[in-house]
Amino acid sequence: MSKLYLMRNPRVAARSLDGEMMIMSGRDSTLFTLNKTATILWQSADGATPLDEIVEKKICGEFEVERSEALADAESLARELAGHEILQISDVPIAQQTSVVGEKR
Amino acid sequence: MPVRVHTTDPDFVRLLQNRYAGFVSDSDRAEIEFDVELGQPEAVDPDADVKVGYRHGRWSLRRGDFLAEWEPAVRRGWIRQSANPYSIDAVLRIVHTLVLARQGGFLLHSASAIRNGKAFLFAGVSEAGKTTISRLAPPDVTLLTDEISYVRRQNDKFVAFGTPFTGELAKLGENVSAPISTLYLLAKGKENRIDPIEPREATRSLLANLLFFAKDQDLVQAVFYSAFEFVNHVPVARLTFVPDARVWELIG
Repeated sequence: MSKLYLMRNPRVAARSLDGEMMIMSGRDSTLFTLNKTATILWQSADGATPLDEIVEKKICGEFEVERSEALADAESLARELAGHEILQISDVPIAQQTSVVGEKR
Repeated sequence: MPVRVHTTDPDFVRLLQNRYAGFVSDSDRAEIEFDVELGQPEAVDPDADVKVGYRHGRWSLRRGDFLAEWEPAVRRGWIRQSANPYSIDAVLRIVHTLVLARQGGFLLHSASAIRNGKAFLFAGVSEAGKTTISRLAPPDVTLLTDEISYVRRQNDKFVAFGTPFTGELAKLGENVSAPISTLYLLAKGKENRIDPIEPREATRSLLANLLFFAKDQDLVQAVFYSAFEFVNHVPVARLTFVPDARVWELIG
């Protein structure tokens, strides 16, 4: 399986409140409230750390879930967040990549 | 925020003077000026929803009944509409949301009123009770609006101002202001009671009741962060009430 890298979209407004991440899309003012897993993905999405490493270090320990199952769920969630333009995702580190999956201009 | 309107039609001037009675002055100071061209706006779908865009330093505002532009750098714009008070009213609301967003303020779907020197906001969707609680206000309460509250940040306080933006009550607010004491989220019920609300729900509810029309990422972010600042500074509670005047015994 190829690596997947995530990066926060700097064009959205985000604020954590009582451990819950609230994000507003600047495109259409939609408000998103992230659950715990999505919040971990958001906070770890630095463009350099691959998703499998995020899952292993920050999700498996937190939720006591099988690594393969957690990775599949996390990838699905990351793609969903990318669809809302909250995250950018790519199969190469985002600082080096030339095209971004799920990012629209 | 003083707005000067230029028009060559004396009937339209009188219409505006009546519409905004209490908010009209002969002051030379204006922060925004609009030239109003009366006539039917062309090339606009009469049923079109409001659209707000920004290009080359100008905001363009359009709806089925008006076209308008506003250039913030020179604080000037124009409105093309027929001789009615509703179109210019909508333009002024939109422009105020744009100006307030940069200043840490916003317009909010809520009634507001002053009692004992403190302002109280009553937010909710249509039918939540904004008009009802405004109508029930006792004589010592100064109504700021029954529909659209005008909120500005002043240092570490949020202040509510009276507006001429009316709802069902069709009664203008008073042209006064006061620091906001509490934001109440309205709910009709079988008893009068006030319940605290946790910050997350307070923020979500506040954001849901904000008026903002522009799909502009910078301003959306500004309004989003203003909502968090507001909840950090102003208590938010749920006000459940039966529709009679006793609810005001809990306020102030």
